[in-house]
Amino acid sequence: MTDFRKLKDRVAIVGVGNTAYGNFPDIDDYGLGARAFRNAIEDCGLDKSKIDGLLTCRIPYYARMGEILGLNPRWTVQLPPHGRMSGMAIIEAAAALEAGLCDYAALIYANIGRSRRVNYGGDESPGVWDPWGFTSPGAAHALMFQRHRALYGTTTRQLAEVSVAFRYHACLNPDAVMKQPITIDDHEAARFITEPLRLLDYCLINDGAVCIIMTTRERARDLRKRPVLISGIGAREAYSTASIPNFDLNFWYDEMRDVAAQAYGMAGVGPSDIDALMCYDNFSPTVLFSLEGLGFCEQGEAGSFVEGGTLKLGGRLPTNTDGGHLSNSYMQGWALNIEAVRQIRGECGARQVKDAEVVQYCGATPCSRSIIYTPG
Amino acid sequence: MQPMTTAKPRPRIDALSRGFWDHVREHRLSVQRCDACEHLHFPGSPVCPRCLSEEQSWKPVSGRGVLLSWVRFHRAYWEGFRGDLPYLVGLVGLDEGPMLMTNIVGTPAEELSVGMRVEVFFEKVDEELTLPKFRVCG
Repeated sequence: MTDFRKLKDRVAIVGVGNTAYGNFPDIDDYGLGARAFRNAIEDCGLDKSKIDGLLTCRIPYYARMGEILGLNPRWTVQLPPHGRMSGMAIIEAAAALEAGLCDYAALIYANIGRSRRVNYGGDESPGVWDPWGFTSPGAAHALMFQRHRALYGTTTRQLAEVSVAFRYHACLNPDAVMKQPITIDDHEAARFITEPLRLLDYCLINDGAVCIIMTTRERARDLRKRPVLISGIGAREAYSTASIPNFDLNFWYDEMRDVAAQAYGMAGVGPSDIDALMCYDNFSPTVLFSLEGLGFCEQGEAGSFVEGGTLKLGGRLPTNTDGGHLSNSYMQGWALNIEAVRQIRGECGARQVKDAEVVQYCGATPCSRSIIYTPG
Repeated sequence: MQPMTTAKPRPRIDALSRGFWDHVREHRLSVQRCDACEHLHFPGSPVCPRCLSEEQSWKPVSGRGVLLSWVRFHRAYWEGFRGDLPYLVGLVGLDEGPMLMTNIVGTPAEELSVGMRVEVFFEKVDEELTLPKFRVCG
């Protein structure tokens, strides 16, 4: 294979599973990962002895995970606990399946950050700017939003639309952590963390795990549920200011333009074809940046684009229908990808997007990725 | 040794960053310059990101630049910063090109704007450490 676009519609997600989301001090990452794996196996009806590919993310030791699940695969990848990894993982697994490095891949992500009181800043993640008190991914997003505001006049009330829409969806999702509806005024009244960002601009920190089972399109036909195909992928890194972690002076716009061109070109669709968007939302401004980069609106116009409930179910672009990281669960993109699968399968109950056929995952990060899913 | 919970974090001074901090003690702000291709970058890098040369020096710069953005911290990620809350951190684009994070001192957040001219000054923390900080140009 000489062109990544030949991967179009070759590989499918056939099984998805998640744990409950919350605060679980009595179970570790392996235990949560095992629960998600069991649920995903049950979801697709595959005999687990067929699994010959294992990808783990935010799990301490892949081999211990394999021991616990009784797996001795012929393909293993372990990815670090960074939020940007879910899209990367699914793309890597798709390439490995197409190349025949494995036939059935299990991708397992687990997070115990809530019960172990992870802070995402300070001495936990030392950096070159610590002496000036600059730390945490949230602060980097605050810097970006402040600049977006200054350059384009984006307001915090517009930013609030993101958090309000996702909370609305979480209230429709039985698995979601946050269940209290919020308004734009609630957002404006929330306390600052890294001004201009407020508490309601921040993702949750909770425990939980997600598992995704993937195989080739041909093998997918024999399994329990309708396969969901990977029809488009796009990728571009931005490493030139990595010393300011989670930051890009131009909001990853150029990278997301590139990602969009790759993914839409490969899938043969455009922004107007997207029935639902699953957008990485570690902090609410990322969603605005993603919408601009993908071409849902021009650069600088995401604030007005999201006004009036655009991102809500029933709006022009239902986004993060599970509640996202802001209100469902901090599964670092993994839960968004299983939500994409469930939307296409029509399994989403009260939060189902009618006739969802083309669902897009995206993450604007130093490793920007997008995946376009369609029914198999 | 017991960790001093009220202390602010200090820079990690190693072979790569020592030249920068030596200059700061002399009240000079510098960025790393590649001796081979003259590329300027910050923080220090073991090789030049453009030509991969290991021959690099710390070159004093004007200490002037523009404010690209800022954030005001309302949460103390270190106990040592609790007394400073809320405090301002700015991203400065030096006239010579590289960007750095620093504290913006002397101007309330409400009066800051993107593109403002800023300049370095040096704040002595203790006998061992001086920090470069920035203020709005008068």
